[in-house]
Amino acid sequence: MPAKTILSRPVYGTLSPQTGKNHLFIADAEGAAAILDLAKKAPDGFFASAHIMFIPEMAGNQFQTALRTLKPAQFYEGPSVAAALPRLRQTLANAHMGLRLYLTGSEGLIGQAMQVALEAGIDHSSIQTEHRGSWARRVQCVHCKGITENVTTQPATCAHCGLLLLVRDHYSRRLAAFQGVCINAEDPSEIPQKEEIFR
Amino acid sequence: MSAGTTKLNVTVTDVVAVNELVKRFHFERTDGGDLPTFSGGAHVVVEMRDGDKSRLNPYSLMSSPHNTRDYTISVRRDDSGRGGSLFMHNHVKRGMEMVISYPVNLFSLDLRARKHLLVAGGIGITPFMAQTAQLAGEGGNFELHYTCRTPALGTYADVLHDRYGKRVNIYYDDTNERLPLERLLASQPLGTHLYVCGPAGMIRWVRETAAAHGWPDETVHYEHFAAPQPGLPFDVTLALSKLQISVGEEQSLLEAMEAAGIDPPYLCRGGVCGQCETNVVSYDGTFKHNDHWLTEAEHCSGKKIMPCVSRFEGKSLVLER
Repeated sequence: MPAKTILSRPVYGTLSPQTGKNHLFIADAEGAAAILDLAKKAPDGFFASAHIMFIPEMAGNQFQTALRTLKPAQFYEGPSVAAALPRLRQTLANAHMGLRLYLTGSEGLIGQAMQVALEAGIDHSSIQTEHRGSWARRVQCVHCKGITENVTTQPATCAHCGLLLLVRDHYSRRLAAFQGVCINAEDPSEIPQKEEIFR
Repeated sequence: MSAGTTKLNVTVTDVVAVNELVKRFHFERTDGGDLPTFSGGAHVVVEMRDGDKSRLNPYSLMSSPHNTRDYTISVRRDDSGRGGSLFMHNHVKRGMEMVISYPVNLFSLDLRARKHLLVAGGIGITPFMAQTAQLAGEGGNFELHYTCRTPALGTYADVLHDRYGKRVNIYYDDTNERLPLERLLASQPLGTHLYVCGPAGMIRWVRETAAAHGWPDETVHYEHFAAPQPGLPFDVTLALSKLQISVGEEQSLLEAMEAAGIDPPYLCRGGVCGQCETNVVSYDGTFKHNDHWLTEAEHCSGKKIMPCVSRFEGKSLVLER
């Protein structure tokens, strides 16, 4: 868990079963393990009103069997976060109060699913989150506004305008992205060494 | 003067008997200007000078927030209360000059909500009068469910029905109509916020049912002004002001401090806003906590008291005031 550096830097918790009529889980890769851990604490029949959306990413096939054994009312396996988001949007548009949302996995997945949830009118503080797996960041270049996915280095190159960006802890829930600011605006010939720090 | 309670000099421009228990009071600025803007759910503290007694009672503003020419409040007469509502009913007449606080909102709408589900019981309808006017003016999505004893005592039921039609649902106790709370809570679109104002028992019922249906705390708003309960008189030492004061049977600790010339901060005078929270230096006896502000653990700790509504019984109480 990263230290809380500035107020906007998201801090994640540990999933726990909430009181609710329906439960919607969205997980990528190792996030599946957080759902399996929650299942150990969940009351009998909890998953009968649960919907799991799982994006395996690099985890391959290692979690699907265990997740299906929980017997959720619905199980969806998607090829990518981008492909799962419209489905999430649709699910939330038809949902009622009493639905509880659980997001787990990489920061990018948690952030993007939360962005969709906020648009659907869910308060961020009523969403359960647990980080598992990669710390790779979604970064918005504050200069060209382009978003670069899976940023693991500091500084990082903007995939849109090519500026070398200092990746800040300053996070936008609305954009679901950390803010990247040009690191060598004064002297573009100065090129700091990239280090891989968001693993 | 207390923090956040700047005063307004107003003149009573009208007093209207709404039904057998409720009167409506209209206030305009004595100097003729516009009143401060407010948002639906706000209240003002009305100062009542009743002989040598002074009372400060909070009342929800029920006029439209889009109109700042005048403020209106509705007061339900409570014959067994501490006398504030009786003073309003019996002594406040058109043309009288009074002092009220600036509006303060401890029951505001969350305007991020996709829909607002409003639940009122009895005179708890007043903040919703202002909130529905605000929402209707902004094209907001709301639904009001209002329970009252009888059609004759259904304060503003007719007005609301005329204004908003099907968006208003009224349930009369005398014909055994029941608010279908479970069905309502189960059928709201995601992003709905719930607001409840009414008797303490109703607020508890609505909050507990909502929690059991999986409504997150952030989406459930309630307002309950606990009028200070009378009780046994008690003595208090105020350590900072080096004063010894007595709290009368019908007086609150906050009122007793004010009568002694101390000016603790306050906003709601009803145990909800937290402004008057006071540290206890030492005590020998039992606290009678009546507030909705301190946690259960704080109530048990003997370290804090909310002087607006809570009391004490015992040998000695020393407060950091």
